[in-house]
Amino acid sequence: MKSKARLMQGNEACVEGAIAAGMRFYAGYPITPSTEIAELSAERLPLVGGRFMQMEDEIGGMAAIIGASLTGAKSMTATSGPGFSLKQENIGYASIAEVPCVIVNVQRGGPSTGMPTSPAQGEIMQARWGTHGDHPVIALTPSSVRETFDLTIKAFNFAEKYRTPVILLMDEVIGHMREKVQLPDPSEIEIIDRKRPDCSSEEYLPYEADNDLVPPMADFGTGYRYHVTGLVHDETGFPSNSTAVADKLIRRLSNKIEIHRDEIESWEEENTEDAEVLILSYGCVARSSKSAMNILRERGIKAGTFRPITIWPFPEKRLRELAAKVKTIVVPEMNLGQLVLEVERICGCNAKIEKLNKVSCEIIYPEEIVSKIEEVL
Amino acid sequence: MKMEDIKAGEIQNEKVVINPAWCKGCGICVAFCPVKALELKNDKVVMVDVDKCTQCGMCELRCPDYAIYLRRKKNEKQG
Amino acid sequence: MPSVLVENYFRTEKLPQIWCPGCGHGIITRSIASAIEKSGIDKNKICIVSGIGCSSRAPGYLDFNTLHTTHGRALAFATGIKMAKPEIKVIVIMGDGDATAIGGNHLIHACRRNIGITAIVYNNSIYGMTGGQYSPTTPKYDKGTTAPYGNIDKAFDICKLAASAGATYVGRATAYHASLVTSLVQNAISNEGFSLIEAISMCPTYYGRKNKKGSAVSMMEWQKNSAINISAAAKMSPEALEGKFLIGELKNSPEPEYTNEYQKIIDRLKKESQ
Repeated sequence: MKSKARLMQGNEACVEGAIAAGMRFYAGYPITPSTEIAELSAERLPLVGGRFMQMEDEIGGMAAIIGASLTGAKSMTATSGPGFSLKQENIGYASIAEVPCVIVNVQRGGPSTGMPTSPAQGEIMQARWGTHGDHPVIALTPSSVRETFDLTIKAFNFAEKYRTPVILLMDEVIGHMREKVQLPDPSEIEIIDRKRPDCSSEEYLPYEADNDLVPPMADFGTGYRYHVTGLVHDETGFPSNSTAVADKLIRRLSNKIEIHRDEIESWEEENTEDAEVLILSYGCVARSSKSAMNILRERGIKAGTFRPITIWPFPEKRLRELAAKVKTIVVPEMNLGQLVLEVERICGCNAKIEKLNKVSCEIIYPEEIVSKIEEVL
Repeated sequence: MKMEDIKAGEIQNEKVVINPAWCKGCGICVAFCPVKALELKNDKVVMVDVDKCTQCGMCELRCPDYAIYLRRKKNEKQG
Repeated sequence: MPSVLVENYFRTEKLPQIWCPGCGHGIITRSIASAIEKSGIDKNKICIVSGIGCSSRAPGYLDFNTLHTTHGRALAFATGIKMAKPEIKVIVIMGDGDATAIGGNHLIHACRRNIGITAIVYNNSIYGMTGGQYSPTTPKYDKGTTAPYGNIDKAFDICKLAASAGATYVGRATAYHASLVTSLVQNAISNEGFSLIEAISMCPTYYGRKNKKGSAVSMMEWQKNSAINISAAAKMSPEALEGKFLIGELKNSPEPEYTNEYQKIIDRLKKESQ
């Protein structure tokens, strides 16, 4: 049975999705424009037997969710630009120690304190490379309230399945926008839980991966006494200074995402069959792109849209196919050109790539995309 | 403690066991032995006078390297 | 084979430990294991968490659920563990720089919440792992590699800091007073709320050498001669206490524990919804 339709904010949908996915621990620090996620988590979690904590700072929020996840609790934190910067070191910890967790970043204008109440898309590259060292990343970008619900669940599922931090990269528009949403029945929702060991505690090697490159994970307190560290470690979990161990670990961490690209990557495309110009965008801008496409089609220009839902890993294969078919790819972004770098890398010389950038901390309007395309065609 | 419990390289008498492989020769146990039964020889602790040892346990308590400890008494549970 | 205590509570295959000869950390770590043995808690229900630094290597040698985290953040990770699974006994091992410099904010707030964690600060008055830089507990005018002309920072009194921030059990001992470390940690573990034990350690390699404090033995002699038990101090004149520091149980005033308080909210909401 479907729930009744509700008018809901993106930040609210994020919490609803998290609870539906099984979130039982939240720790964070208040920051605009993500604060509603903390407020609603504080309200909802104790009702389902979960726990909420307002930590003393952003770093503490990130650290606490890693600790909680090690006990088996599905955990999340939410923040915005400055807080996302502060969390980076411990995001790296979650990567190397392979602790499932979800980090929501509702993007606002930056750098620094920037424009706290206005939207931006400035953390595309930070989501990929924010923490030091080579590390795997999954980052999802919703562009509607309902999709925020769905992708929050997906973020938890990916975190659990691949034992990795997953970033839900929202923006202020999606976070604060209200839309009519009909949530699915819980029975229709796919929930994935982390693999737990089926061997005895004596046989358990906490970082010995299965064929999927993901090691089963025991909850702290259940008899599997093991060591977790942010140092390079071998299968036993204990630190190692071996160069061979380091090489093997860092490659496996990266490969466990790489070999599952087909399962992870998702995107949405429209009117790409005959498109001559492709508008590639994500988050709130993708909504403008859709309107722009419709306007252009009415004016006889064969426009299509491509919206990566997982920006990391980027749906590379599909974009390469499209780049061979279209003449021009226009990439509107609310930054000075971040994801376009990835688009240029993937497409090479196959298509002409045009940037449309805005850093005034306001959304890119459909008319701006239309004029850009009319100008470059 | 039975003889077979003692690993190769461990030195024991009827009162203490010394593991020279773990001893870093800091001299703490020697300095704080109330009866001066211990000495450092070649940077490792040795018991020089077993008769003096009262098994007070101060050496075991303060050894940072767990390299000296009391022999378990007969009625004590084996590890 | 090692002693029964070491055999039962240490990962003996990881020994001998990496600390320098004469470092007090091994003594304190053994005292903690002894306190756990005396408290009789199931090893599977104990989690030992540390940050970064010399002291933070301790959990790797101990046979429990162990977590070696990032610099200064041990208490924040530990807070998540305790909050998500309150039945776990959480013990946090930190160094002086780890706990009071980079991790100072987490320290005061863990104290303030009175969350059921036992924090043990191995205080050797120096950053050892990075080679002897001055820390927030380096005495004024002492030297470190980053204070070549003498440190002009005033040192923290970790116990006073913790007690005034709200820790409900606070104590201090030294590596010399290893039995006292054990009894204080044992009491700290049985305190439901937040406990902090400052264990004065010694770093003959860096702090000792930089400040001409002599060998590990002479640093321990200093601990023996400068520490006054709080019960004895009550009968001493201020002149006699000059240059001394207090050891023993410095605060013991139980208050409601944080995760229990949260559980009350969960229970109340459950009751209201019925």
